[in-house]
Amino acid sequence: MYSNGYIFRYAGIMVVLVAAVLSAAAMFLKPMQERNDAVDKMQSILSAAGFEGVDAKNAIELFNKNVTNMIVIDPDGNVVNDFTGDSKENSKAFKLNLKEQLYNKSMSRPFELSIYVVNKNGESVYIIPLRGVGLWGPIWGNIALKSDYRTVVGVTFGHKSETPGLGAEIETPIFEEQFPGKTIFDENGNFVSIGVIKGGVANQPETQQSHVVDAISGGTITSNGVSAMLKNVLESYEPFFKKQG
Amino acid sequence: MSEVKQEKEPLFSAKNRKLLTNPLNLNNPITVQVLGICSALAVTAKMKPAFVMALSVIVVTAAANLIVSLLRNGIPPRIRIIVQLVVVATLVILVDQVLKAFVYDVSKQLSVFVGLIITNCIIMGRLEAFAMSNKPWPSVLDGIGNGLGYGIILMAVAFMRELFGSGTIWGLHVIPKSFYEMGYQNNGFMILPPMALILVGIIIWIQRSRNPQLVEE
Repeated sequence: MYSNGYIFRYAGIMVVLVAAVLSAAAMFLKPMQERNDAVDKMQSILSAAGFEGVDAKNAIELFNKNVTNMIVIDPDGNVVNDFTGDSKENSKAFKLNLKEQLYNKSMSRPFELSIYVVNKNGESVYIIPLRGVGLWGPIWGNIALKSDYRTVVGVTFGHKSETPGLGAEIETPIFEEQFPGKTIFDENGNFVSIGVIKGGVANQPETQQSHVVDAISGGTITSNGVSAMLKNVLESYEPFFKKQG
Repeated sequence: MSEVKQEKEPLFSAKNRKLLTNPLNLNNPITVQVLGICSALAVTAKMKPAFVMALSVIVVTAAANLIVSLLRNGIPPRIRIIVQLVVVATLVILVDQVLKAFVYDVSKQLSVFVGLIITNCIIMGRLEAFAMSNKPWPSVLDGIGNGLGYGIILMAVAFMRELFGSGTIWGLHVIPKSFYEMGYQNNGFMILPPMALILVGIIIWIQRSRNPQLVEE
Protein backbone atom coordinates (compact mmCIF):
# COMPACT_ATOMS: atom_id res chain seq x y z
CA MET A 1 0.00 0.00 0.00
CA TYR A 2 2.98 2.32 0.45
CA SER A 3 5.31 2.47 -2.55
CA ASN A 4 9.08 2.43 -2.11
CA GLY A 5 9.16 5.98 -3.48
CA TYR A 6 6.80 7.11 -0.72
CA ILE A 7 8.91 5.46 1.95
CA PHE A 8 12.08 7.13 0.68
CA ARG A 9 10.39 10.53 0.38
CA TYR A 10 8.94 10.12 3.86
CA ALA A 11 12.30 9.21 5.40
CA GLY A 12 14.09 11.98 3.51
CA ILE A 13 11.71 14.73 4.57
CA MET A 14 11.69 13.48 8.15
CA VAL A 15 15.48 13.54 8.37
CA VAL A 16 15.77 17.07 6.96
CA LEU A 17 13.05 18.39 9.28
CA VAL A 18 14.60 16.80 12.36
CA ALA A 19 18.04 18.12 11.44
CA ALA A 20 16.64 21.63 11.06
CA VAL A 21 14.86 21.52 14.43
CA LEU A 22 17.92 20.20 16.27
CA SER A 23 20.33 22.68 14.70
CA ALA A 24 18.02 25.56 15.54
CA ALA A 25 17.75 24.42 19.16
CA ALA A 26 21.52 23.94 19.46
CA MET A 27 22.23 27.41 18.03
CA PHE A 28 19.65 29.11 20.19
CA LEU A 29 20.76 27.46 23.45
CA LYS A 30 24.51 27.59 22.87
CA PRO A 31 25.25 30.93 24.58
CA MET A 32 23.54 29.78 27.78
CA GLN A 33 25.30 26.42 27.72
CA GLU A 34 28.70 28.04 27.23
CA ARG A 35 27.96 30.40 30.08
CA ASN A 36 27.16 27.43 32.32
CA ASP A 37 30.38 25.70 31.27
CA ALA A 38 32.42 28.78 32.12
CA VAL A 39 30.75 29.14 35.53
CA ASP A 40 31.34 25.46 36.20
CA LYS A 41 35.02 25.88 35.35
CA MET A 42 35.29 28.77 37.81
CA GLN A 43 33.55 26.75 40.52
CA SER A 44 35.95 23.89 39.98
CA ILE A 45 39.03 26.15 40.11
CA LEU A 46 37.83 27.84 43.29
CA SER A 47 36.96 24.57 45.04
CA ALA A 48 40.39 23.16 44.18
CA ALA A 49 41.92 26.20 45.88
CA GLY A 50 39.95 25.36 48.99
CA PHE A 51 37.05 27.81 48.82
CA GLU A 52 33.92 26.39 50.39
CA GLY A 53 30.32 27.00 49.50
CA VAL A 54 31.00 28.08 45.94
CA ASP A 55 27.83 27.78 43.87
CA ALA A 56 26.72 28.87 40.44
CA LYS A 57 25.47 32.18 41.80
CA ASN A 58 28.58 33.50 43.54
CA ALA A 59 31.21 31.76 41.40
CA ILE A 60 31.78 34.67 39.01
CA GLU A 61 32.04 37.21 41.81
CA LEU A 62 34.41 35.07 43.88
CA PHE A 63 36.46 34.26 40.78
CA ASN A 64 36.94 37.90 39.83
CA LYS A 65 37.76 38.79 43.42
CA ASN A 66 40.23 36.04 44.28
CA VAL A 67 41.97 35.08 41.06
CA THR A 68 44.94 37.43 40.96
CA ASN A 69 46.69 36.25 37.82
CA MET A 70 46.19 33.89 34.92
CA ILE A 71 49.34 32.81 33.16
CA VAL A 72 49.91 31.02 29.87
CA ILE A 73 53.24 29.17 29.63
CA ASP A 74 55.08 27.24 26.92
CA PRO A 75 56.63 23.77 27.50
CA ASP A 76 60.03 25.36 28.27
CA GLY A 77 58.52 27.10 31.24
CA ASN A 78 58.49 30.62 29.77
CA VAL A 79 55.54 32.87 30.49
CA VAL A 80 53.88 33.68 27.16
CA ASN A 81 50.92 35.62 28.38
CA ASP A 82 50.10 37.35 31.66
CA PHE A 83 46.64 38.44 32.63
CA THR A 84 46.34 42.07 31.62
CA GLY A 85 43.44 43.85 33.18
CA ASP A 86 40.60 43.03 30.81
CA SER A 87 37.79 40.60 31.61
CA LYS A 88 39.07 37.46 33.30
CA GLU A 89 36.55 35.34 31.47
CA ASN A 90 37.92 36.44 28.10
CA SER A 91 41.58 36.12 29.02
CA LYS A 92 43.77 33.80 26.99
CA ALA A 93 44.43 31.49 29.93
CA PHE A 94 40.73 30.94 30.65
CA LYS A 95 39.86 30.33 27.00
CA LEU A 96 42.77 27.96 26.39
CA ASN A 97 41.48 24.60 25.18
CA LEU A 98 43.44 22.06 27.20
CA LYS A 99 42.21 19.15 25.10
CA GLU A 100 43.70 20.65 21.94
CA GLN A 101 46.92 21.60 23.69
CA LEU A 102 47.42 18.12 25.11
CA TYR A 103 46.72 16.69 21.69
CA ASN A 104 49.44 18.95 20.27
CA LYS A 105 51.73 17.68 23.01
CA SER A 106 51.05 14.06 22.12
CA MET A 107 51.82 14.88 18.47
CA SER A 108 55.12 16.58 19.53
CA ARG A 109 53.86 19.94 18.31
CA PRO A 110 54.27 23.21 20.20
CA PHE A 111 51.62 23.76 22.85
CA GLU A 112 50.65 26.11 25.65
CA LEU A 113 49.32 25.60 29.17
CA SER A 114 47.56 27.80 31.67
CA ILE A 115 47.96 28.41 35.40
CA TYR A 116 45.60 30.31 37.67
CA VAL A 117 46.97 32.18 40.65
CA VAL A 118 44.37 32.42 43.39
CA ASN A 119 44.63 34.45 46.56
CA LYS A 120 43.47 32.28 49.47
CA ASN A 121 43.64 34.03 52.84
CA GLY A 122 46.59 36.11 51.71
CA GLU A 123 48.52 33.18 50.31
CA SER A 124 49.01 32.52 46.62
CA VAL A 125 47.74 29.16 45.42
CA TYR A 126 48.55 27.88 41.94
CA ILE A 127 45.81 26.01 40.11
CA ILE A 128 46.59 23.72 37.21
CA PRO A 129 43.78 22.44 35.00
CA LEU A 130 43.87 18.72 34.19
CA ARG A 131 42.42 16.61 31.43
CA GLY A 132 42.71 12.93 30.58
CA VAL A 133 40.75 9.82 29.74
CA GLY A 134 38.79 7.52 32.03
CA LEU A 135 37.01 4.32 31.11
CA TRP A 136 34.09 5.63 29.04
CA GLY A 137 35.08 9.17 28.22
CA PRO A 138 37.08 12.20 29.22
CA ILE A 139 37.92 13.01 32.83
CA TRP A 140 39.17 16.38 33.99
CA GLY A 141 39.91 18.39 37.08
CA ASN A 142 42.03 21.02 38.77
CA ILE A 143 44.93 20.59 41.14
CA ALA A 144 45.99 23.37 43.48
CA LEU A 145 49.63 23.71 44.58
CA LYS A 146 51.21 25.82 47.30
CA SER A 147 53.66 28.51 46.28
CA ASP A 148 56.49 25.99 46.71
CA TYR A 149 55.06 24.30 43.56
CA ARG A 150 55.37 20.98 45.39
CA THR A 151 52.64 20.54 47.93
CA VAL A 152 49.04 19.89 46.95
CA VAL A 153 46.42 22.13 48.54
CA GLY A 154 43.40 20.50 46.97
CA VAL A 155 41.94 18.87 43.89
CA THR A 156 38.64 18.61 42.12
CA PHE A 157 37.81 16.02 39.52
CA GLY A 158 35.03 15.68 37.03
CA HIS A 159 34.05 13.20 34.36
CA LYS A 160 31.71 12.84 31.46
CA SER A 161 30.40 9.32 31.76
CA GLU A 162 32.29 7.17 34.29
CA THR A 163 30.32 4.36 35.92
CA PRO A 164 28.13 5.67 38.76
CA GLY A 165 29.22 4.20 42.09
CA LEU A 166 32.58 3.04 40.72
CA GLY A 167 34.69 5.26 38.47
CA ALA A 168 32.36 8.20 39.05
CA GLU A 169 33.51 8.22 42.69
CA ILE A 170 36.57 10.25 41.67
CA GLU A 171 34.48 13.38 42.01
CA THR A 172 33.38 12.59 45.56
CA PRO A 173 35.02 14.29 48.58
CA ILE A 174 36.12 10.89 49.92
CA PHE A 175 38.48 10.50 46.98
CA GLU A 176 39.45 14.14 46.59
CA GLU A 177 40.24 14.62 50.28
CA GLN A 178 43.18 12.24 50.00
CA PHE A 179 45.19 14.71 47.95
CA PRO A 180 45.89 17.73 50.17
CA GLY A 181 49.38 17.50 51.70
CA LYS A 182 50.76 15.14 49.05
CA THR A 183 53.78 16.29 47.06
CA ILE A 184 54.55 15.98 43.37
CA PHE A 185 58.36 16.18 43.79
CA ASP A 186 60.48 13.94 46.02
CA GLU A 187 63.12 15.25 48.51
CA ASN A 188 65.77 15.31 45.78
CA GLY A 189 63.59 17.50 43.60
CA ASN A 190 62.74 14.82 41.06
CA PHE A 191 59.27 14.91 39.54
CA VAL A 192 57.22 11.92 40.68
CA SER A 193 53.61 13.08 40.23
CA ILE A 194 50.90 11.49 42.37
CA GLY A 195 49.92 7.89 41.77
CA VAL A 196 46.51 6.37 42.37
CA ILE A 197 47.36 2.90 43.61
CA LYS A 198 45.90 -0.41 44.72
CA GLY A 199 46.82 -2.04 48.00
CA GLY A 200 46.59 0.84 50.44
CA VAL A 201 48.78 3.86 50.99
CA ALA A 202 49.82 2.65 54.44
CA ASN A 203 51.42 -0.46 52.94
CA GLN A 204 53.76 1.55 50.75
CA PRO A 205 57.39 2.37 51.65
CA GLU A 206 57.49 5.48 53.81
CA THR A 207 59.30 7.54 51.17
CA GLN A 208 56.51 6.77 48.72
CA GLN A 209 53.57 7.54 50.94
CA SER A 210 53.40 11.22 50.16
CA HIS A 211 53.17 10.55 46.43
CA VAL A 212 50.29 8.07 46.36
CA VAL A 213 46.58 7.92 47.15
CA ASP A 214 44.17 4.99 47.35
CA ALA A 215 42.40 3.96 44.17
CA ILE A 216 38.68 3.22 43.96
CA SER A 217 37.62 -0.41 44.24
CA GLY A 218 35.91 -1.43 41.03
CA GLY A 219 37.12 1.71 39.29
CA THR A 220 40.56 0.54 38.23
CA ILE A 221 40.61 2.01 34.76
CA THR A 222 39.27 5.35 35.91
CA SER A 223 41.81 5.37 38.77
CA ASN A 224 44.63 4.60 36.34
CA GLY A 225 43.25 7.37 34.15
CA VAL A 226 43.57 9.82 37.03
CA SER A 227 47.20 8.73 37.60
CA ALA A 228 48.03 9.10 33.92
CA MET A 229 46.26 12.45 33.70
CA LEU A 230 48.20 13.88 36.67
CA LYS A 231 51.51 12.64 35.32
CA ASN A 232 50.92 13.72 31.74
CA VAL A 233 49.77 17.22 32.61
CA LEU A 234 52.05 18.00 35.56
CA GLU A 235 55.24 16.87 33.81
CA SER A 236 54.72 19.61 31.23
CA TYR A 237 54.82 22.17 34.03
CA GLU A 238 58.09 20.92 35.47
CA PRO A 239 60.29 23.41 33.58
CA PHE A 240 58.05 26.24 34.73
CA PHE A 241 58.16 25.09 38.37
CA LYS A 242 61.96 24.78 38.19
CA LYS A 243 62.29 28.27 36.76
CA GLN A 244 60.05 29.78 39.41
CA GLY A 245 61.37 27.77 42.35
CA MET B 1 -12.46 0.38 16.03
CA SER B 2 -13.93 2.63 18.66
CA GLU B 3 -12.38 5.75 17.18
CA VAL B 4 -15.63 7.10 15.77
CA LYS B 5 -17.23 6.92 19.17
CA GLN B 6 -14.33 8.67 20.90
CA GLU B 7 -14.70 11.69 18.68
CA LYS B 8 -17.87 12.71 20.45
CA GLU B 9 -16.50 12.09 23.91
CA PRO B 10 -15.65 15.00 26.23
CA LEU B 11 -11.95 15.64 26.82
CA PHE B 12 -11.97 13.96 30.19
CA SER B 13 -14.52 11.21 29.72
CA ALA B 14 -14.37 8.26 32.05
CA LYS B 15 -12.45 6.33 29.44
CA ASN B 16 -9.89 9.07 28.95
CA ARG B 17 -9.47 9.54 32.68
CA LYS B 18 -8.71 5.86 32.91
CA LEU B 19 -5.87 6.34 30.46
CA LEU B 20 -4.34 8.73 32.95
CA THR B 21 -5.01 6.82 36.16
CA ASN B 22 -4.57 3.22 35.10
CA PRO B 23 -0.79 3.42 34.70
CA LEU B 24 -0.54 4.89 38.19
CA ASN B 25 -1.55 1.63 39.76
CA LEU B 26 -3.11 -1.33 37.94
CA ASN B 27 -1.07 -0.91 34.77
CA ASN B 28 2.01 0.75 36.22
CA PRO B 29 4.87 0.71 33.69
CA ILE B 30 7.48 -0.25 36.26
CA THR B 31 5.73 -2.54 38.71
CA VAL B 32 3.24 -4.20 36.36
CA GLN B 33 4.59 -3.87 32.84
CA VAL B 34 8.13 -4.11 34.28
CA LEU B 35 9.56 -1.60 31.82
CA GLY B 36 12.11 1.13 32.44
CA ILE B 37 13.74 -0.67 35.37
CA CYS B 38 17.26 0.23 34.28
CA SER B 39 16.82 3.97 34.64
CA ALA B 40 14.82 3.46 37.82
CA LEU B 41 17.90 1.90 39.40
CA ALA B 42 20.23 4.54 38.09
CA VAL B 43 18.69 7.86 39.09
CA THR B 44 16.99 7.12 42.38
CA ALA B 45 19.83 7.65 44.86
CA LYS B 46 18.58 11.22 45.40
CA MET B 47 15.13 12.70 44.95
CA LYS B 48 16.09 15.70 42.87
CA PRO B 49 17.59 13.88 39.88
CA ALA B 50 14.78 11.32 40.15
CA PHE B 51 12.23 14.12 39.91
CA VAL B 52 13.91 15.68 36.90
CA MET B 53 14.21 12.28 35.25
CA ALA B 54 10.51 11.63 35.87
CA LEU B 55 9.58 15.04 34.50
CA SER B 56 11.74 14.50 31.41
CA VAL B 57 10.18 11.10 30.78
CA ILE B 58 6.65 12.51 31.18
CA VAL B 59 7.43 15.24 28.66
CA VAL B 60 9.09 12.85 26.23
CA THR B 61 6.41 10.12 26.40
CA ALA B 62 3.58 12.63 26.06
CA ALA B 63 5.23 14.53 23.20
CA ALA B 64 6.38 11.37 21.40
CA ASN B 65 2.92 9.82 21.74
CA LEU B 66 1.34 13.00 20.37
CA ILE B 67 3.68 13.27 17.40
CA VAL B 68 3.53 9.61 16.47
CA SER B 69 -0.25 9.60 16.87
CA LEU B 70 -0.55 12.62 14.56
CA LEU B 71 1.66 10.92 12.00
CA ARG B 72 0.18 7.45 12.45
CA ASN B 73 -1.79 7.39 9.20
CA GLY B 74 1.19 8.51 7.13
CA ILE B 75 3.91 6.39 8.68
CA PRO B 76 4.84 3.56 6.32
CA PRO B 77 4.52 0.39 8.46
CA ARG B 78 7.79 -0.96 7.12
CA ILE B 79 9.83 1.84 8.67
CA ARG B 80 7.57 2.66 11.62
CA ILE B 81 10.07 1.62 14.29
CA ILE B 82 12.71 3.85 12.70
CA VAL B 83 10.29 6.77 12.60
CA GLN B 84 9.39 6.21 16.25
CA LEU B 85 13.06 6.08 17.19
CA VAL B 86 13.81 9.30 15.33
CA VAL B 87 10.93 11.07 17.07
CA VAL B 88 12.06 9.87 20.51
CA ALA B 89 15.73 10.59 19.86
CA THR B 90 14.96 14.11 18.67
CA LEU B 91 12.87 14.85 21.74
CA VAL B 92 15.52 13.44 24.05
CA ILE B 93 18.24 15.56 22.47
CA LEU B 94 16.02 18.60 22.86
CA VAL B 95 15.39 17.80 26.54
CA ASP B 96 19.13 17.32 27.06
CA GLN B 97 19.96 20.65 25.43
CA VAL B 98 17.33 22.50 27.44
CA LEU B 99 18.55 20.95 30.72
CA LYS B 100 22.13 21.94 29.88
CA ALA B 101 21.07 25.50 29.23
CA PHE B 102 18.75 26.05 32.19
CA VAL B 103 19.51 23.53 34.98
CA TYR B 104 23.19 22.82 34.50
CA ASP B 105 23.74 21.08 37.85
CA VAL B 106 20.97 18.61 37.23
CA SER B 107 22.09 18.00 33.68
CA LYS B 108 25.56 17.21 34.97
CA GLN B 109 24.17 14.53 37.25
CA LEU B 110 21.82 13.20 34.60
CA SER B 111 24.27 13.40 31.71
CA VAL B 112 24.38 9.68 31.03
CA PHE B 113 20.81 8.96 31.98
CA VAL B 114 19.19 11.52 29.71
CA GLY B 115 20.64 9.63 26.78
CA LEU B 116 19.15 6.53 28.36
CA ILE B 117 15.64 7.95 28.00
CA ILE B 118 15.87 6.87 24.36
CA THR B 119 16.31 3.29 25.44
CA ASN B 120 13.57 3.54 28.06
CA CYS B 121 11.24 0.75 26.97
CA ILE B 122 8.23 2.63 28.32
CA ILE B 123 8.41 5.19 25.54
CA MET B 124 8.83 2.83 22.60
CA GLY B 125 6.33 0.46 24.21
CA ARG B 126 3.64 3.11 24.45
CA LEU B 127 4.32 4.35 20.92
CA GLU B 128 3.98 0.90 19.44
CA ALA B 129 1.14 -0.29 21.65
CA PHE B 130 -0.95 2.85 21.88
CA ALA B 131 -0.02 5.88 19.82
CA MET B 132 0.22 3.98 16.52
CA SER B 133 -3.46 3.04 16.73
CA ASN B 134 -5.13 5.82 18.73
CA LYS B 135 -6.10 9.45 18.30
CA PRO B 136 -3.75 12.22 19.45
CA TRP B 137 -5.61 13.28 22.61
CA PRO B 138 -5.95 9.81 24.18
CA SER B 139 -2.31 9.23 23.19
CA VAL B 140 -1.17 12.32 25.06
CA LEU B 141 -3.12 11.19 28.11
CA ASP B 142 -1.66 7.71 27.84
CA GLY B 143 1.83 9.23 27.59
CA ILE B 144 1.33 11.48 30.60
CA GLY B 145 -0.26 8.64 32.56
CA ASN B 146 2.58 6.26 31.93
CA GLY B 147 5.15 8.97 32.60
CA LEU B 148 3.40 9.71 35.90
CA GLY B 149 3.22 6.04 36.80
CA TYR B 150 6.96 5.81 36.17
CA GLY B 151 7.56 9.01 38.12
CA ILE B 152 5.58 7.91 41.18
CA ILE B 153 7.61 4.75 41.57
CA LEU B 154 10.83 6.68 40.95
CA MET B 155 9.98 9.19 43.65
CA ALA B 156 8.92 6.51 46.13
CA VAL B 157 12.15 4.62 45.64
CA ALA B 158 14.25 7.80 45.69
CA PHE B 159 12.54 8.94 48.90
CA MET B 160 13.46 5.74 50.73
CA ARG B 161 16.97 5.65 49.31
CA GLU B 162 17.76 9.26 50.07
CA LEU B 163 16.22 9.18 53.56
CA PHE B 164 18.03 6.05 54.73
CA GLY B 165 21.09 6.34 52.50
CA SER B 166 22.03 9.98 53.00
CA GLY B 167 19.74 11.07 55.84
CA THR B 168 18.27 13.81 53.67
CA ILE B 169 15.06 14.53 51.78
CA TRP B 170 15.37 16.71 48.70
CA GLY B 171 18.88 17.58 49.85
CA LEU B 172 17.77 18.79 53.30
CA HIS B 173 18.93 17.00 56.43
CA VAL B 174 15.99 15.48 58.23
CA ILE B 175 17.61 12.98 60.55
CA PRO B 176 18.64 15.02 63.60
CA LYS B 177 22.28 15.24 64.67
CA SER B 178 21.48 13.65 68.01
CA PHE B 179 20.61 10.39 66.23
CA TYR B 180 24.09 10.26 64.72
CA GLU B 181 25.61 11.02 68.09
CA MET B 182 23.72 8.06 69.52
CA GLY B 183 25.36 5.83 66.94
CA TYR B 184 22.90 5.95 64.06
CA GLN B 185 24.57 5.55 60.68
CA ASN B 186 23.43 6.13 57.14
CA ASN B 187 22.94 2.87 55.30
CA GLY B 188 25.55 2.87 52.56
CA PHE B 189 23.80 -0.04 50.85
CA MET B 190 20.84 2.24 50.13
CA ILE B 191 23.02 4.34 47.83
CA LEU B 192 23.94 1.37 45.67
CA PRO B 193 21.77 0.34 42.70
CA PRO B 194 20.85 -3.15 43.99
CA MET B 195 18.86 -1.55 46.81
CA ALA B 196 16.67 0.16 44.22
CA LEU B 197 15.86 -3.24 42.77
CA ILE B 198 14.97 -4.55 46.23
CA LEU B 199 12.78 -1.52 46.93
CA VAL B 200 11.00 -1.91 43.59
CA GLY B 201 10.49 -5.55 44.53
CA ILE B 202 8.95 -4.54 47.86
CA ILE B 203 6.65 -2.06 46.11
CA ILE B 204 5.55 -4.79 43.69
CA TRP B 205 4.89 -7.10 46.63
CA ILE B 206 2.77 -4.54 48.46
CA GLN B 207 0.90 -3.64 45.29
CA ARG B 208 0.08 -7.25 44.41
CA SER B 209 -1.02 -8.14 47.89
CA ARG B 210 -3.53 -5.27 47.73
CA ASN B 211 -4.65 -5.98 44.15
CA PRO B 212 -5.19 -9.73 43.84
CA GLN B 213 -6.16 -9.41 40.16
CA LEU B 214 -2.52 -8.63 39.38
CA VAL B 215 -1.33 -11.95 40.73
CA GLU B 216 -0.77 -14.57 38.07
CA GLU B 217 -2.13 -18.04 38.68
